[in-house]
Amino acid sequence: MDRFRRLYGASPLHLAGLLASFAVAAYAAWWLLGSRPVAVLVWLVGAALLHDLVLAPLYLALDRAGSGRGARPWWWGHVRFPAAFALLLLLVWAPEITRRSEDTYRAATGLDQSVYLGRWLAVTGALFALSAVALLARVVRRRPARTAGADDGPGQLRPPPS
Amino acid sequence: MNAGGTSTEDDDRIAGPEPFRRAVALLGERVPPGPFRPPFWRSPVRGPWLTAVFGSVLLVGVTVVFLTGLLSWAAYNPGLPGNDPTGGTGWLAAHVFGWPTRPVWLFRLNEGVHVTLGLVLIPVLLGKLWSVLPKLFTWPPVSSPAQALERLSLLLLVGGALFEFVTGVLNVQYWYVFPGSFYVLHFWGAWVFMSAFVLHVGTKFGRMRSSLRSRRLRDELRTPTAATVPEPRDPDGLVSPEPDRASLSRRGVLGLVGGGALVMLVSTVGQSIGGPLRATALLAPRGQEPGSGPNGFQINRTAASAGIDEQATGAGWRLELRGDGAPVLLSRADLLGLPQHTAGLPIACVEGWSTGNQTWTGVRLRDLAALAGLPDPSSVLVESLEQGGAFAAARLRGNQVADGDSLLALQVNGAELSLDHGWPARVIVPANPGVHNTKWVARMTFEA
Repeated sequence: MDRFRRLYGASPLHLAGLLASFAVAAYAAWWLLGSRPVAVLVWLVGAALLHDLVLAPLYLALDRAGSGRGARPWWWGHVRFPAAFALLLLLVWAPEITRRSEDTYRAATGLDQSVYLGRWLAVTGALFALSAVALLARVVRRRPARTAGADDGPGQLRPPPS
Repeated sequence: MNAGGTSTEDDDRIAGPEPFRRAVALLGERVPPGPFRPPFWRSPVRGPWLTAVFGSVLLVGVTVVFLTGLLSWAAYNPGLPGNDPTGGTGWLAAHVFGWPTRPVWLFRLNEGVHVTLGLVLIPVLLGKLWSVLPKLFTWPPVSSPAQALERLSLLLLVGGALFEFVTGVLNVQYWYVFPGSFYVLHFWGAWVFMSAFVLHVGTKFGRMRSSLRSRRLRDELRTPTAATVPEPRDPDGLVSPEPDRASLSRRGVLGLVGGGALVMLVSTVGQSIGGPLRATALLAPRGQEPGSGPNGFQINRTAASAGIDEQATGAGWRLELRGDGAPVLLSRADLLGLPQHTAGLPIACVEGWSTGNQTWTGVRLRDLAALAGLPDPSSVLVESLEQGGAFAAARLRGNQVADGDSLLALQVNGAELSLDHGWPARVIVPANPGVHNTKWVARMTFEA
């Protein structure tokens, strides 16, 4: 047993579980790869690479942009939240917002995709407006606190109850 | 599997044949710059507790999405010849139970949950992947055969998860850029994903549970940004050794991910509920109403796109019934002369959208079966006038034919069917996937 651990790095059960998992995956992959194995493999592995090496660094960089070591203005969340939600919606609904699938969409539904860009912009505007209202409410609530000497400084403001 | 506890200590330990161990040790001394060095990762909130929270949500959510996906496949009655859209499930499909017709909203609910929950989980998945990103850049990249295999399995896990979410999201938007049939890719991709998912849960469940217990959710929800401190350093290296000052509390991160999930839910779910709430599904593909009046509800595949014209569906149209004996030909007037039945049934699509109950009127399928000389068939093949479409023909099972609300509908909501909704006659069966409610029916072959 010790010899196995020294050579493999975990228990035999670990190996058995992995092999069972790979067996199921291999059977499924055989059907999945079908007649276009290279293209499907590119999609499968490409999805992971695209996320880990492009999308994630992109949103990390975006989120870090303009900040020193974490110093943020106290209202930063009021930009970060609506921006994140709007980008999430764009990420998911990009094909219809950018009208990538107009023809197949019309064939299926009898409708067209012209409304989606406007709707996304409107939702984005509404999210930022809501965030601005919440910010305003915080500012108004902060005033009395400051006069009472309870201000705990920038970056340490009590966030609104969420 | 109980590998969780034991593999915890083993992960970073070098193991393998002696030359391999030496090579790994040598490699470990030369850490490349950037993300391979732990101080690169500066988030003060990244840590095992946060990862475990996302993980536990995904554990439940992904399981529900997988099961509803499997049920969706079962709803196609894949055991009947020609019905299995995934190809090659042969031995498995033959053992699938006959899909029931009750409750009538069964498929509607199942698909609505599958698609809506899938969309809602996207921000949680992104949060989870963000929370473990430093693990991708572990150095040395391989430290033992066990760890190498586990990393390969993680590639299947992450690749499989993203593949499933991406193909699903593209399919509901009708952007068919993926390499092959959606059904084949999404079905078999799910098995690749789930094989790695089950293993991952097996190896990490213990750690997830202990991490969840390391902090109290209630306390985290009360901790503001200013009071947010990193979790204690962990063996996995998720916690940053040189964290920034917090610009967001853990409560804030949960709010960001939870808020994202809520935004997805609110902007989507209306397409599955229908009625006045459909208008709230602002960005969902089925958030618009195609029209008003009796035929103003959602269309799946227009007559124009199916190549159906007025001529084929005009006065010369006949329904051909086959069964035991000579084929029976019926005109639309003949059908209207048969006993008519009315049923309130929804249209629900595999894409997750659905309509409330529409009032369909037409001839019961079991009456047509009797006319064809097979009053108690085991199945029926319904063929459309449409040529060559993926669902130009579909088989229904005996229990679906036998249901008193299963109709060859001629009218809907008190009006004649529109061409887009299947004029001159279409099938409507309770709890049936939309594409199996064949439109523009030309022939029905009842099978003993």
